[in-house]
Amino acid sequence: MMTIIQWILLGAALFSVGLYGVLTRRNAVLVLASVEIMLAAVNINLVAFDTYLSDPAYTGQIFALFVIALAAAEVGVGIAIILMIFRNRHSVDVDELDLMRY
Amino acid sequence: MPAAVAQLSRVAVFLQEHGDSAELAQAGDGGGLAAYAWLIPVVPMVVAFLILFFGKYSPWKGWGMATAALGFVAVYGTVLAVANLRDGIVAEFSVNVGDIGTFAIEWGWVVDGLSILMFFLVGVVGLLVFVYANAYMKGDARYTWFFASFTLFAGGMLVLVSAPNFIQLIVGWELVGVSSYLLIGHYWEDMDNIDAANKAFMTNKVADAALFIGAIIMSLSAGSFQFSEIFTRMIEGQTTLGQFGFWAGLAIFIGAMGKSAQFPFHVWLPDAMAGPTPVSALMHAATMVTAGVYLIARLFPFYQLPEFSGSVSTIIVIIGAITLLSMGLLAIVQDDIKRVLAYSTVSQLGYMVAALGVGAYTAGLFHLFTHAFFKALLFLGAGSIIHAVHSNNMSDMGGLRKYMPATFWTFLVGTAALVGIFPFAGFWSKDEIISSAFFNATNNPEFAVWFMVVLSILGAFITAFYMARVVSLTFFGTYLGDAKPHESPAVMVVPMVALAVGAATAGLLNIPGLTEVVTDWVTTRAFPIVEHHFAQPEYFLIAIVTPVVLLGLFIGWRLFGPSSELHYTGTGGEAVDVSAPQRKVAVERDTFRIPVLYPVLENKYYIDDLYMNGLVRPTMGPIADATLWVDMNVVDAVPNLGAGVARYAAAAVAVIDDNAVDGFYNVTGATTGATGSFLRQLFPGRVQQYVALSFAGVVIFAALFVIF
Amino acid sequence: MQELFDSGWGLSLIVFLPLVGALVLALIPRRFEAGIKWTALVTTGVTLVLAGIMVSLFDFSATQEFQFGVDVEWIETINANFHIAVDGISLPLVVLSTLIMFLSVIYSWDHWPEPHNPKLLMVLAMVLATGMVGTFLALDLILFFVFFEVVLLPMYFMIGIWGDTGIRKVPVVNWEIEMRLYASIKFFLFTLAGSAFMLLGFLALYFASGDHGERTFDILELTALGTAGAFVGTFAFWVFAAIFAGFAVKVPMWPLHTWLPDAHTAAPTIGSVILAAVLLKLGTYGFIRIAIPILPDEARNWAWFIGVLAVIGIIYGSLACLAQTDVKRLIAYSSVGHMGFIMLGVATLTTIGINAAIIGMVAHGLITGLLFFLAGSMAHRYHTREMPRMGGQMTLMPQMGVLLGLAAMASLGLPALAGFWGEFMSLLASFNPLPGLSNSLFRTLMVIASVGTVLTAGYMLWMLRSINFGKPSGEWVSAQLKDVGTYEWIAWAPLVILIIAIGLYPKIVFGATNDAVINLVASAFGGG
Repeated sequence: MMTIIQWILLGAALFSVGLYGVLTRRNAVLVLASVEIMLAAVNINLVAFDTYLSDPAYTGQIFALFVIALAAAEVGVGIAIILMIFRNRHSVDVDELDLMRY
Repeated sequence: MPAAVAQLSRVAVFLQEHGDSAELAQAGDGGGLAAYAWLIPVVPMVVAFLILFFGKYSPWKGWGMATAALGFVAVYGTVLAVANLRDGIVAEFSVNVGDIGTFAIEWGWVVDGLSILMFFLVGVVGLLVFVYANAYMKGDARYTWFFASFTLFAGGMLVLVSAPNFIQLIVGWELVGVSSYLLIGHYWEDMDNIDAANKAFMTNKVADAALFIGAIIMSLSAGSFQFSEIFTRMIEGQTTLGQFGFWAGLAIFIGAMGKSAQFPFHVWLPDAMAGPTPVSALMHAATMVTAGVYLIARLFPFYQLPEFSGSVSTIIVIIGAITLLSMGLLAIVQDDIKRVLAYSTVSQLGYMVAALGVGAYTAGLFHLFTHAFFKALLFLGAGSIIHAVHSNNMSDMGGLRKYMPATFWTFLVGTAALVGIFPFAGFWSKDEIISSAFFNATNNPEFAVWFMVVLSILGAFITAFYMARVVSLTFFGTYLGDAKPHESPAVMVVPMVALAVGAATAGLLNIPGLTEVVTDWVTTRAFPIVEHHFAQPEYFLIAIVTPVVLLGLFIGWRLFGPSSELHYTGTGGEAVDVSAPQRKVAVERDTFRIPVLYPVLENKYYIDDLYMNGLVRPTMGPIADATLWVDMNVVDAVPNLGAGVARYAAAAVAVIDDNAVDGFYNVTGATTGATGSFLRQLFPGRVQQYVALSFAGVVIFAALFVIF
Repeated sequence: MQELFDSGWGLSLIVFLPLVGALVLALIPRRFEAGIKWTALVTTGVTLVLAGIMVSLFDFSATQEFQFGVDVEWIETINANFHIAVDGISLPLVVLSTLIMFLSVIYSWDHWPEPHNPKLLMVLAMVLATGMVGTFLALDLILFFVFFEVVLLPMYFMIGIWGDTGIRKVPVVNWEIEMRLYASIKFFLFTLAGSAFMLLGFLALYFASGDHGERTFDILELTALGTAGAFVGTFAFWVFAAIFAGFAVKVPMWPLHTWLPDAHTAAPTIGSVILAAVLLKLGTYGFIRIAIPILPDEARNWAWFIGVLAVIGIIYGSLACLAQTDVKRLIAYSSVGHMGFIMLGVATLTTIGINAAIIGMVAHGLITGLLFFLAGSMAHRYHTREMPRMGGQMTLMPQMGVLLGLAAMASLGLPALAGFWGEFMSLLASFNPLPGLSNSLFRTLMVIASVGTVLTAGYMLWMLRSINFGKPSGEWVSAQLKDVGTYEWIAWAPLVILIIAIGLYPKIVFGATNDAVINLVASAFGGG
């Protein structure tokens, strides 16, 4: 019998990995992949708590589905943006993308 | 028609009150003949528009249609005239075309002696003039257009004379005016002609304004536009006309003065000679200028009653008398043959108007009737001459008797009729006018009537004098013109001969005591005409007038005829150089012959100048300009200045706004900006740095959340 | 069709169909000009046909009754309703406006003013149509006001965008400003200032009606209150003054007329036509529909003032015409004179006078509409509006010359043409004004106004002399001017026919108006 703690720990671990990736990777594609990992962590938490609380409306699971759908859309848009950036600047290094000031 | 019968019975009561001098002809209703008389005005009006649209494609390019229309009117008019003389016709028909308040607006046609007289004249004289115009207008650039407007002219007159109410009368009145405008300005390339047309229209319009007022007063006082209603209510005492009658009568008479070119509204008529000669012939004979006389005759039941019209008839007599003499005088100094005839027409119209003024209803209309024949004849003769010599000026003519015998003889008949030689038409009609005036003067000694008697005898002298001058200068002596004179074609001569027959014999229709055709004709009305009828000619007056006329002819002949040794020469008796400016020759001749009066007559009593310099130019010039200036600079200044003030105020507000109000916002903005530029140094634009910071924030908040 | 109109939808269609047309036009791309033209034509054409059906179904035996009405709640909180209906007074004017709109579209077929933008021009024209017809049909003060104001903006843009680009030198303040800007702003501000007062007057009536039951904007209810004597005294005086200001600007009455010559001259041809033919009538109609019936006592008090201003307008407008060299400006000033005759008729407060005013409005719409069409077409050909430069048109363009002659004659009030009735009957009415008004004053006015008819003839003949007659100058002989074109004929022929038809058979208008006016005067003044 697995307890909720194990799922939370798994979620926290995945989130930490994702956050680390977001903060440290220079390649924008990998940053995006890291964001996906963080979303997966969130999804695990949602499903875990849903089951733990035996929610009759399955709110958590439905939310997870929404997140997956949105993540897919986000990846699509994100990759497209990165593609455009690459076309224009021949680089996807996020350190060089410092035009979003002011 | 029961209505007519009822009217007649009301009139019978009136008759008893006014004695037996007023006789009412026994009249029928004319049956179908009268019921279809609407065709008389309608056919020419419709044909006029047909010519306008289809004339170019029709045989004879519109002339055929126009002449057919006039032929129809002539035949119908003649039939009506015969029927009227046999049975008498008094009928009136109206078609409602709208109501305004309690007033009915109606188109209709009245068929009685008076309107039949006009139908007959317009039809017969018009037909002859139209036939004549075929040749006269040949080669004109706007042949079809001419016949369209000419037919409209005749049609307008027929609308006028068939009117049973004021509205239709005014419609016809102005239709005649506008078509005369088109015809006078027919040769519109020349601005002088347009000015003449404008002068005619404007002079008439001034008079029309008075006619409007008169018609309004009369209609409102009686509560109807219809003549017969007005007269009936007048007789029955149901109007407030007594109160305004004088003013109504005067205003309507001023309207009549305009159309009939009475002094001082005569100025337009001589200028109207700018139109083609057939137009002048018709205008002076049967249409347009007779409209004023017709109007007074139509309203005669009103004018003959001083209890309604007050002393208007006195004014009518005096105006008529002044006109007949003063315009006759002007005729004697004209060089343009058409202008002589034009002034002569005005003078003769003066006779008619004065006759109606003294109550000689039949005499006035009788003169209108005979005048139509001989004046149309004289104009056609003049046209024939102008056609031959290509000039209107008598100083370009002379000796034409040899070249144009038919024109000469018919012109002579016309002259005899105009001056009143026994037994030509004018003799009888003019005699009847003078007799009636004399009768009135002796029975009712009034200054105005005596004034008229004296002036009409003088007028007869003047008429004889200027006609002798015209005939002498035109047909006798030697030819002075450049063009080669020739007799006119048959299509022009035949109408002249026909009119000459009329001019010679029309007078025989109404010889006192012998024939009373015209008397019966024109007194066939729904309302009684109070007037004196003579049992025999007034031999006493004939004995005065005829020698006066002969004297006038003699003096004219002596001064201008071939026996005068000065005929072809200038003032000093030396031979005239024919190539010299003929106008100057004519002036010298006339100044020599008519020494004292000449300067005044030459300038037409300065009346034209008075109107032009005293009225027209100031109105069109300074007064109009001043109005416009006031409009632009005074009336419009209020909003413009308002706008100007608003703009200055706006500028002031803008300054305040920029410096004070906006200053506050600007300072606020600047502070915010400075803070921002300090803060933005914290954010170099690295995405990951932002994420890290925000994560740190989340952690801090989460920690705080857990702790508290 | 009977059901359509009985249900009230018919009238609503006549009012709003042009607005629908405007929306459709807005969706058509600018480059499909044919589509734009046809949409505009069909819209105005159907509206005209509907107006024709309305006339055929109209019960002429009861012209004083409001027919085909619809009355539904609109703005509940202030008790303003969507109340429209037609009676004998508004009927001729509705037909006139729909006809003029239709003809304007036909005329526009090959006359697009610069800058070329048929789409916007037609959209504006359609909005105008809704505003004009709505004003004539509205029986609720707020609705009336809304429609009255709806007209403003499209006309402002019409003048401002397609107007005359010449420079207008404004005296006194010494501005030099583009004609179209000056004229459009002037037009807008004048009318807006007037309607601001008018709205105040309407609001005052609304609140005052509260003393006699529920507050209302309904014209019929207010008329009933007014004729019963609900609005009297100083209050009524100021209300009348406010409403007078609004309508007098629109008419325009002297001395509030100065926007008119500028606006008419600057506007593109169809703008001038609509402005002259229909927009000016909104003011006079307002007097007849609102000012007189709701405030009869004040109308009586103000009558002398209105009459005097009207006659000043007649003489003054005519004199100003005589000093003009610009043909469009001349026609514009002539409107001041003609509207003077109409207002003189209104001022007499008699059945004859008000009938004369209505037929005068219709006739002026037809005649001045035709004159502005002609002036526009002439300016299009000559590229100038200066009369001294023209001349000999009868030789150059005989058809145009004849039409101009006819229109000028109609305008100077030639009997047997439409213009005569308004002019003559106004004079007639002022001889015997409503009992209680000064006879001597109005008779004096009649005489002065009849001098105005002479002056009118004077400037019209002067115009004909300058444009039509004489020898054409060399400038034009070589210019190969084209005579009246097909679309022009189609657009003008109905006007010409109606001018003659109404002249010969005034029952076309009087048949609708007479009973309605008799009823109006009888209920407002107790007979008369």
